[in-house]
Amino acid sequence: MMKRLLSWVDERTGLGQFAQAFLFQNLPGGSRWRYVWGTLLLYVFFLQAVTGFFLWTAYSASTQTSWESIHYIQHEMTGGWILRGLHHFGAQAFVVVLVLHLLQMVIYGVYRAPREVNFWLVLALLPLAVAMSATGWLLPYDQHGFWASRVPIGIMGVAPVIGPLLQKIAMGGLTFGHHTLTHFLALHAGLLPLCVALVLGAHYYLTRKHGFADASRDCACPDERYFPAQFLKDAAACLAVFVVLLGFVLVPHWQNPAVAPGVHLGAPADPSEQYSAARPEWFMLFLFQFLKYFPGGTEVWGAIIIPGLVGAVVALMPFVAQWKHGHRFNVLFLGTLMLAAVILGRLAAIEDSKDETYLAAKEQSRRSAERMRQLVTERGIPPSGGAALLRDDPFTQGPRLFAKNCAICHRFDGHDGTGHKPLNTYTVRAGDTWESIAEFRFVPVAEVRDLNKGLNGQPLKAGDKIIVPVRPWAPDLKGFASREWLAGFFDPARVDGPHYFGGTKFKDAKMVKWIKKNATPEKAEDMRKVIAALSAEAKLKAQAGPDQLDAAVIKEGRLLITGDMACIDCHSFAKKYPDAVAPDLTAYGSKAWLVRFISNPNHLDFYGKRNDRMPAFADKKILDAKQIGLLADWLRGDWYEPPKNGK
Amino acid sequence: MQKDPPAAAVSGSPPDRRGFLKQGCAACLGLAAVGAPAAIGTRVFLDPLQRQKAAESFVKVTTLDTLPEDGTPMQFPVLADRRDAWTKFSQVPVGAVFLQRLPQDKLLCLSVVCPHAGCFVDYKEDEQGFLCPCHNSLFKKDGGLRDEQSPSPRAMDSLETQVRNRNEIWVRFQDFQLGITEKKPVT
Repeated sequence: MMKRLLSWVDERTGLGQFAQAFLFQNLPGGSRWRYVWGTLLLYVFFLQAVTGFFLWTAYSASTQTSWESIHYIQHEMTGGWILRGLHHFGAQAFVVVLVLHLLQMVIYGVYRAPREVNFWLVLALLPLAVAMSATGWLLPYDQHGFWASRVPIGIMGVAPVIGPLLQKIAMGGLTFGHHTLTHFLALHAGLLPLCVALVLGAHYYLTRKHGFADASRDCACPDERYFPAQFLKDAAACLAVFVVLLGFVLVPHWQNPAVAPGVHLGAPADPSEQYSAARPEWFMLFLFQFLKYFPGGTEVWGAIIIPGLVGAVVALMPFVAQWKHGHRFNVLFLGTLMLAAVILGRLAAIEDSKDETYLAAKEQSRRSAERMRQLVTERGIPPSGGAALLRDDPFTQGPRLFAKNCAICHRFDGHDGTGHKPLNTYTVRAGDTWESIAEFRFVPVAEVRDLNKGLNGQPLKAGDKIIVPVRPWAPDLKGFASREWLAGFFDPARVDGPHYFGGTKFKDAKMVKWIKKNATPEKAEDMRKVIAALSAEAKLKAQAGPDQLDAAVIKEGRLLITGDMACIDCHSFAKKYPDAVAPDLTAYGSKAWLVRFISNPNHLDFYGKRNDRMPAFADKKILDAKQIGLLADWLRGDWYEPPKNGK
Repeated sequence: MQKDPPAAAVSGSPPDRRGFLKQGCAACLGLAAVGAPAAIGTRVFLDPLQRQKAAESFVKVTTLDTLPEDGTPMQFPVLADRRDAWTKFSQVPVGAVFLQRLPQDKLLCLSVVCPHAGCFVDYKEDEQGFLCPCHNSLFKKDGGLRDEQSPSPRAMDSLETQVRNRNEIWVRFQDFQLGITEKKPVT
């Protein structure tokens, strides 16, 4: 019955004969492991097509949905991270297998007549594979994809005449946007795979037409049929590759189960956000490094002309091989090329491993990706896209706003909020010494000398330009309004130091004098109560527990503020005193208080005319309401934090 | 094909001319049938070539108060309304600039985009200049090329600035073509 059905099909389609010829092709000299490359290439492509197809079923190409849909695939969909991981490593495997196949063809001389076309087909796969991977980078639309894709598109523009036009078509407009993504997707999932499939199909067909290799003369191995002898080897090799790829995906997760599994997905693309770790995939690093050696204006040589010439030499190899020693030349040429690529790639990796900017950018990228995951879990992604979450996050924006707007005078735990110590250049005036410069900036002399190693610590001359830490002109705001911060403020030894009023014009003013006179050991207990009461006004998130616990102490403290301590001689507290000249202590350090203070410290509720130098950030339109809110939230430590012990 | 009977010989005109006409027609019609839909598709695909950039207007970037007196360049995001294909975005980041004070109350605004390959350039306080983190192009504090061997073909791109209402800094934000020696806006 089965036989009859098969012969019925075969009579009408010829499929049976084709399968017969295909499966049971005779292999002169038998099966070989080195014949697996063609099948392997086909297999990795198949793997990419399958994983790619399923990624495609959940992907949405637009600037507001690309990152978001990939994030969803990776972190929400069952097995999504494995799928994406396989596709990610499969792309690299395709290039590796392709290059090895090419090497194998040249080394074994399988490019000689009549296999020239077959060799060229494999060669043509190289630029196709690079194009596949270059279009694939951008699709997740994270910071890495966004910045790394700008480079090849920029390079495209240096091609003479058609460069700028090509660029415009690739981007689908003048800048990166929706159409860049739709174009890249159409290329990545449509046109390019079609080309690869056609080329691979033709390659496979020609391999079978011409046979895998010329029958070896030196070995008296018996002939074998493709199935099962070679088929077994092919299948084993394919499965081995798959297992290795799966290992790349799974092993990092087993090693580090605490981190979210899957290939890195950075923060959503943001053209205003610096990203200093834009690098191509590792197999293109050699070209990246190569470009560093081409001074301005000669880039076209490094990026287009030289690689084109090298490609042409490789393409001509089947003809070169006809000359005496031609084959040897080919092997040597390709070997040198591979070695050069490995050395250049390695150089790039070494340079990066020593480059602090690069490492910092990597770390920052890892952190913002992690932060995004928390925010997405907590808030969900708004229709305007994931980038908005990061833009509205005090934890992310606070340090940046502080560094840009506040760190000229204030510090945050000694730095500018982002971890850098602010520096500037200073032109030495007559009479300056290392000591006087260091003292003015509240730092040890050694620190200033270290920053100017070039001067070898020689005495300073007027007109020398040196790099100095910026003097703190205003208090350090780490933990502002917390008990700890206030305890330092009410410490006679510290209130006129650099952390508090030391750099301000209030250094010798009434408040400092009052603290020096009243903060005595005898009154320490009362002071503790005042501090607790004052700090409770801020309603800090981190202090909610102690504030609740010490309700009695806080009550006593409030009485001391209006009573014995006589704070209300100068400050308002709980109600407005018309003759108060110092900042209002009602709701001191609360969000509303801080927002009003930053908006306008010159207001009569705060410093009034006695304000030192702090700008009115809202009234002078330096910051808008949203930015001031973010800054206040960050200073108060008020941002979303994920629960400590997992979920 | 060899089996075809010599039917052409029956008609009046010489067989090879008739055959040629037929072949020509077949080729033309086939090409037209295949080419027309492809041409229409390609026409739409090439639409980006027709898009002209609307003249950039000045956008407000920051205020004078935020710039340090000592002339240290500061980086600011540029927010602007942007139309991206079907979406109209209002006040989204479209890029970033470095702003610095020059002597005599002048301002210098530099685009953060490296003219070489488009990476985001970094200001290095200790170098007193800019460094591109991709291919290591080095620029002076005024944006000029620091050394001739830098991969960048030209100095960093400066942008026009205006001070409005005494304090607000407005910048004419533009993109420039990458990789060429002259500074040419993308149009």
